Amino acid sequence: MPVMTYREALRQGLREEMLRDERVFIMGEDVGKNWGGAFKVTKGLAEEFGDERVRDTPISENTIAGAAVGAAITGMRPVAEIMFGDLITLAMDQVCNQAAKMRYMFGGQTSVPLVIRTVFGGGKNIASHHSQSLEAWFMHTPGLKIAVPAFAYDVKGLIKTAIRDPNPVMFFEHKLVYDKKEEVPDEEYLIPFGEARVHREGDDVTVWGTFLMVHKAIAVADQLAKEGISVEVIDPRTLVPLDKKTLLESVKKTGRLVLVTEETKTGATTAEIAAIVQEEAFDWLDAPIVRVNAPDTPVPFSPTLEQFFIPDEKRIAKAVKSIL
Amino acid sequence: MAVEPKMTVDKKKLVDLYTRTLKIRLFESKVWDLFGQNLIPGTLHLYLGQEAVAAGVTAALKKTDWIQSTHRGHGHVIAKGADMKRAMAELLGKRTGSCKGKGGSMHITQFDVGVLGATGVVASGLPIAVGAALSCKMRGTKDVVACFFGDGASNNGTFGESLNMSAIWKLPVIWVVENNLYAMGTPIAWTCPSENIAQRADGYCIPNKIVDGNNALEVYEATVEAVERARNGGGPTLIECKTYRMKGHSRFDPAKYRPKEEAEYWLSRDPVEIIRKIAIEAGALTEKEADKIRKKLEKEVEEAAKFAIESEYPAPEEALEDVFMEVDA
Repeated sequence: MPVMTYREALRQGLREEMLRDERVFIMGEDVGKNWGGAFKVTKGLAEEFGDERVRDTPISENTIAGAAVGAAITGMRPVAEIMFGDLITLAMDQVCNQAAKMRYMFGGQTSVPLVIRTVFGGGKNIASHHSQSLEAWFMHTPGLKIAVPAFAYDVKGLIKTAIRDPNPVMFFEHKLVYDKKEEVPDEEYLIPFGEARVHREGDDVTVWGTFLMVHKAIAVADQLAKEGISVEVIDPRTLVPLDKKTLLESVKKTGRLVLVTEETKTGATTAEIAAIVQEEAFDWLDAPIVRVNAPDTPVPFSPTLEQFFIPDEKRIAKAVKSIL
Repeated sequence: MAVEPKMTVDKKKLVDLYTRTLKIRLFESKVWDLFGQNLIPGTLHLYLGQEAVAAGVTAALKKTDWIQSTHRGHGHVIAKGADMKRAMAELLGKRTGSCKGKGGSMHITQFDVGVLGATGVVASGLPIAVGAALSCKMRGTKDVVACFFGDGASNNGTFGESLNMSAIWKLPVIWVVENNLYAMGTPIAWTCPSENIAQRADGYCIPNKIVDGNNALEVYEATVEAVERARNGGGPTLIECKTYRMKGHSRFDPAKYRPKEEAEYWLSRDPVEIIRKIAIEAGALTEKEADKIRKKLEKEVEEAAKFAIESEYPAPEEALEDVFMEVDA
């Protein structure tokens, strides 16, 4: 099986869907020939599919998102790219008031089959306007599906599912996983939404996390295994729909839960997961649920500050040990 | 000897314009009446006074063409050919409403007659119109999109973003500014440095025209030209329709902030009377025929109201339906 980067796997998924369905098109700032996307995800696609289907746009986030809505409800399958997750603030009306609500407030007369791709996360020293992790905002908006792939295999299978979904899908990526490699099948495969991936099986503590934190949690699990501590690592892969079953079954087995994401702590997705687990598996918990998040500050610039901000393996390991 | 006025439209179209204008008037008058009887929950933004805009624009469109509506959208939807029963039922919050009682006045929509949606967020329809027009172009349908919005919306960022995008991509869209001189209670003169909004389109190289928004024929003729340009790949047009609300902005607004002389001037220019007079003078319609049309429409509106009133409210748990479309297994 070929090994490829997350970026290559994502591009392959986009390409396969564009070949499969002529309604699929990409639009966004600098997605076309001159640049190939700020993170080079769409590199080469404009050359293959033309400028019409890989469409460079003006810097107009709200209208990029809104145009995706308009195209989606009239028979196209747009994949809009917002260059940085932070800039989706400029498109919130179209995402949260229009795409998310349209099917509902029009009583099911239409559906909005669009994908909005954007990228979250710090670690590149690009400060407060290019490093945030804002996925919880969208989890709080009924009507949006949310994919959070952290691995190359997942990103390809999930982007294909996202494009075929008749509902609006927020497809979130992470800057520091674009270069991570994994075996990715050449043949077509789809990954259903709402199915978590268990990266390590364990009996002592469950660690649930997203994006780069899954990679770190795996490293922690492997390191703690040497100390005789058995950690189960769960990556939800999609936040909406959420695979509660895998999470709850794991918690019922281990009795202990650590939640780890790069989001600032207050109101993060981890808060919602903690609430679900205490509502639905309280009797199985042997220790308090521990959250490992970034502090409640904007993302800082200087390397020493940013490294302090982003949860590291040491903090995750400490959290695991704190409830043993 | 009287000179025959030069008419660019046929008589049938004049009757159509009169009928559309009057239909909106009668529908909205009934809505106001039902509202007074406390049968309509929430608030209302009535289209009374602006009927000629929706009538003139939609008379120039085909059924497969799209319109994007606003918070003041009843008139747009009715003019585009919406079923009045389902429209009225929606306003009353009934299960038989076009949105099953989930949208109401501000989201009144009938997708099957080419309404992309009515939106409660001012200026949010423009980007959606861009996307629909892009879709028409990419799918090669030759359909066009008419996007209604008010003078207030032209001060929002999406106005600039969307006009620009429509121009660079030469999209088949007609930007219809309904300049009723007020954004809620704020006069346009306080928020726009120029007398007209149309000139803003010059900055995006979009052909633009100012018309009397109370004259359905003028609106229609401008729209025909814009639609022709759009269908033939010539890109967008902006039409500024000068008009006026007969009522206030919403439910409890008596519109006392409007100068008396201004209100008197505009209210003396009744869109229904203007198109009626044009049609009769052109020989397209006799007084008797005009009255016959009115009677027929009054009956339809009454039937719509009766249907809406007699329909059931949704069951409470229906609130949980229609969030997502089911995914095929």
